[in-house]
Amino acid sequence: MTHATTTASLMRPPFPAERGVDAHNLKLGMWVFLASEVMFFTALIGSYVILRFGAPGEWARPGTVLNVPVTAFNTFLLICSSVSMVKAFAAIADGNQKMLKVWLLLTIIGGAMFVGIQAYEYTHLVERGFLPSGVRDGSELAALVANGTLPQATMGLYGSTFYIMTGFHGFHVTCGVIAMTYLYFTKALRGKYTQQDYRGIETVGLYWHFVDLVWIILFTIVYLI
Amino acid sequence: MDTVQHKHPPYLLIWLYLALMTAAELALAFELPIARNLKLVLLLGLAVWKALLVAMFFMHLKFERWNLRILFIIPLPLAALFIFAAISQKFW
Repeated sequence: MTHATTTASLMRPPFPAERGVDAHNLKLGMWVFLASEVMFFTALIGSYVILRFGAPGEWARPGTVLNVPVTAFNTFLLICSSVSMVKAFAAIADGNQKMLKVWLLLTIIGGAMFVGIQAYEYTHLVERGFLPSGVRDGSELAALVANGTLPQATMGLYGSTFYIMTGFHGFHVTCGVIAMTYLYFTKALRGKYTQQDYRGIETVGLYWHFVDLVWIILFTIVYLI
Repeated sequence: MDTVQHKHPPYLLIWLYLALMTAAELALAFELPIARNLKLVLLLGLAVWKALLVAMFFMHLKFERWNLRILFIIPLPLAALFIFAAISQKFW
């Protein structure tokens, strides 16, 4: 069998499948949900684009307000957790329950660390005076606004779009960590996933990779551009 | 499921690509002295490339049937249309 054929057959375990798409109903449901999520995040990103490029003045330069090295590390962490998730999927598809538990646990830890680092980032930003409404009077960033390093007119827009986009993404990551933790303790640890039935892992994996995919886009447009 | 040994995509290699591209993005954003518009295009290109790698290999879209792929693809032109409409509003 060719590589594509073997992998394709791996993607289609013999569960009751929805006609036409050849996918079990959990997977199909997740894909429909993810299609709606594409529109949700597009609405956020689209709003950001119009606010930023229609703003009455310059936008803060990348790295002036946000801690890019810390977030770059966080991005790397999320990519690693995406790999560990797909390795968990591959392990149980091969019937290896032990490695499923190991990779799934690593994914949960990676996701929890991402949320923890994002909480640290938020705390640090608020301490420096960066709020969803703009810059707090008397703060370190207010001094940068006063000396012209940061633009006064757009800091409110910057704060609100930054916290809304990254906040909603962080919420999605948190939901993913909770879902994986639930599956880890109620299913994976009890050996309920087998080579014949690993639909839960596949479904939560799709969600997790989507969260990673969204962050890849957000990291670029919020932190680098 | 049949017991034939299945090959998986090279996940660790894709992880390496993603890590290297993230490093390239950082270098591009903060180190390379190139025109801002070119930088913008290159950064967005890298981001889309990384997102495609995740979708194709980690989400296995590359190996799914077209009927299922379309589910994910249909919102994308709608999303592009939405962003285009939002941007073009500036010129109305």
